[in-house]
Amino acid sequence: MTYTDLPNKLTGIFAMPVPKPPDESRRSFLKISGGVGAGLVLGLAAPLPKLGPTGAQATSGALAPNPFLRVAADNTVTVIIKHLDKGQGAATGLATLVAEELDADHAQIKTEFAPADPIKYKNFAFGVQGVGGSTGLANSYEQYRTAGATARAMLIAAAARTWNVKADDITVKAGVVSHSSGKSATFGELANKAAGESVPDKPTLKDPKDFVFIGKSFPRVDSPAKVNGTALYTIDHQFDGMLIATIARPPMFGAKVKSFDASAAESIKGVVKVLPVPQGIAILATNTWAAIKAQRAIKVDWEKSGAETRGSAELVAEYKALLDSPGTKAREEGNLEDAFKAAVKIVEADFEFPYLAHAPMEPMDCVVRYDGSSADICTGSQMQTLDHATACKVLGLKPEAVNLHTVWAGGSFGRRAIADSHYVREACDIAKAYGKAVPIKVIWTREDDIKGGWYRPLYVHRIKAGLDKDGTIVAWLHRIVGQSIGAGTPFEALLVKDGIDSTSVEGANNLPYAIANIRVDLHTTKGGVPVLWWRSVGSTHTAHATEHMIDMLAKEAGKDPVAFRLAMLKDKPRHAGVLKLAAEKAGWGQPVKPGKFRGVAVHESFASFVANVADVSLRDDGSVKVERVVCAIDCGLAVNPDVVAAQMEGGIGYGLGAGLKGAITLAGGEVEQGNFDGYDVLRISEMPRVEVHIVPSAEPPTGVGEPGTPVVTPAVANALLSGTGVRTTVLPMNKQRYKSQS
Amino acid sequence: MAFTVTINGKKTSIDVDPETPLLWVLRDDLKLTGTKFGCGAALCGACTVHLDGEAVRSCQIQARDVDGRDVTTIEGVTGEASATPVAKAVQAAWIKLDVAQCGYCQPGQIMSAVGLLTQIPKPTDDDIDKAMDGNVCRCATYHRIRAAIHEAAKTI
Repeated sequence: MTYTDLPNKLTGIFAMPVPKPPDESRRSFLKISGGVGAGLVLGLAAPLPKLGPTGAQATSGALAPNPFLRVAADNTVTVIIKHLDKGQGAATGLATLVAEELDADHAQIKTEFAPADPIKYKNFAFGVQGVGGSTGLANSYEQYRTAGATARAMLIAAAARTWNVKADDITVKAGVVSHSSGKSATFGELANKAAGESVPDKPTLKDPKDFVFIGKSFPRVDSPAKVNGTALYTIDHQFDGMLIATIARPPMFGAKVKSFDASAAESIKGVVKVLPVPQGIAILATNTWAAIKAQRAIKVDWEKSGAETRGSAELVAEYKALLDSPGTKAREEGNLEDAFKAAVKIVEADFEFPYLAHAPMEPMDCVVRYDGSSADICTGSQMQTLDHATACKVLGLKPEAVNLHTVWAGGSFGRRAIADSHYVREACDIAKAYGKAVPIKVIWTREDDIKGGWYRPLYVHRIKAGLDKDGTIVAWLHRIVGQSIGAGTPFEALLVKDGIDSTSVEGANNLPYAIANIRVDLHTTKGGVPVLWWRSVGSTHTAHATEHMIDMLAKEAGKDPVAFRLAMLKDKPRHAGVLKLAAEKAGWGQPVKPGKFRGVAVHESFASFVANVADVSLRDDGSVKVERVVCAIDCGLAVNPDVVAAQMEGGIGYGLGAGLKGAITLAGGEVEQGNFDGYDVLRISEMPRVEVHIVPSAEPPTGVGEPGTPVVTPAVANALLSGTGVRTTVLPMNKQRYKSQS
Repeated sequence: MAFTVTINGKKTSIDVDPETPLLWVLRDDLKLTGTKFGCGAALCGACTVHLDGEAVRSCQIQARDVDGRDVTTIEGVTGEASATPVAKAVQAAWIKLDVAQCGYCQPGQIMSAVGLLTQIPKPTDDDIDKAMDGNVCRCATYHRIRAAIHEAAKTI
């Protein structure tokens, strides 16, 4: 397999992580960390590549003992960040690890994104460079600590040699190396000498009790630049002679250009070229406004014969028709048929989940410079290896001729982790078709983004459950109908096993509750709408269906929702732990003020455990107002507790926006929304107060980017069930009006 | 067509299609890229700047409409020389509370927050919700935006 075949043949080398029980995740974590030392030694003393159009060069005289950091004579410590930071705090998280073991001062830490290198900078969860599935911190935890400890040992060795003292008598604190005699030096003063020291094979890592940053406080490294407007995103990159490109894109998924009339577009001042490309008709202009105007002005006759023509209503009807027949089995235990016969009460509900767009604040964009023999690509690359290999393939260049520069991304939520690297591919297609060696920046308008597909798939669920005379769940049938994210992509062989795409059933097939008779099955549908992981992936729908059903059952059984869950979680201490913590902090069991309702939900995703208690009221028009969410999370050791809290707050807001009002709908194959008016997102007036409580833990760290997202919607629905008696089975919630029962 | 506009205190001459949105004049012609493109339709607030001291969406203001007027961008409220006490307090609070995640909307949030605190020095949560509801943050940093505005109000 050649490098440029990578995107087509990922089998065996690339696995998106699927939720694992904690013991298993611990095993794989230990296995991963066992390999870190070797990887680091292999990478030693490798020259650091040039990192970007405006990126810093390796400074001469710097200490750069591994690919992850550089200590310069000016006393800066630059941490090389192998993962994209799209807001989740990867840069801060990895910098925290290096600073901790190096005993650096926060003020001397800088960060740079790593170049594309599938060996040095691979994600151990994937086997190639990229981030997703909330793996960023977990797979770097020992690697970046080791990188820091290596440099620290070399700084100490240099100081010992210079001062002619024993290394054991040297201490390092806040960026200063000191000896008991009173001698001291900064990292910068020692960097050059330290670079000549031998690299320790196995530097000693700190005992966690000695941590000064990990588990404590390490402010974000990107706050100042993001607050003063100097942080550079893809769209901010400007080069002499640069052209801006837009693409007139098909109005339906699968439509192709039949013919086009560019005369009106070409007459717009600033338009340089109109080019057919596989994605549609590209317009190149000297400025962005001309490129946007021309995109609107171009007349394209689309061939729609191969396009998806169904609307959302038809899809839902087709999916619902499948609910009565068994799907492909994902999990089966006990004897469901007998259990239903014996049950004294049966509760059944069908759920509908719409398509959802990610809608990151920065729409897709990519800068490319291609001169026929080399290329630079600048983008918020989340899957560097795939994006880099795609560029090499489209441009017909060897990997060493293509430099991929990863830059800050204005959000992703899954959108930039794209198997076919389409937004890099199209930029390369345009550059190749244009054939002139000028930088080209391709931008997507918001309408391109909202109408452009790659949505969270539309899903329909049915859960049927039986209670015995004691109000215990004795039977659970969960049927899921929807499109596969992995099928037909390079991820298929890893995600889809025995006809089950793990992302379709995650969160449902690992239902944590002790239920003797259980079956989860899946109908995988086909369709022309491109779908993708959306922050927390399968859990975006499975958490709601399962956790809301649990409350319906608790209600039928006449039991308290927290006690009802805890009775079924005796073998799941981490689920039970977050549930108890959230309940306690929220004052569960105490009376709620008149007009307010309280609901709870708990869910595991990406090996982290989250419980939410939501306090909800109704506006005069019957719409839902979420006033407060108390969140408990168990993510193992919280490396940067404030970043963990921020991810919970943001995840709750992101999930709540979708739960309250998020929906992409199709009519006759065309997307009905186009901007933030039609695709309404959460705004500040709808943001609840959020309180985050982190379970103290010494377990290896697990992800936090996604697990905060899926729990709030079922918690809110459960509050509404308690206060209004209404089941929230069709999302978003603004499809119905609620009325208090009290 | 040529226009004269005062950008961040400096008289500047621009020669563009008169319909060009101020957003693209700032970003493409003047290379002031702190002001962001998010929707192009005044629905998200990422492009918020001050026009004659008032917070506006620069994607909806045409170049011809800023002739002879005063525009302040995120670059203009940053740094010792140009920052007002309100802008300094807002940015300091944003850093203190680590509000930003992806950060893309934050220049717009900050320009709206500076506008709010200039008019209402001690805003309530309701005042904040009303003034800031046009500024979308997909990372949903709203919880901290609210807290940071209160924090800034304490120090002004």
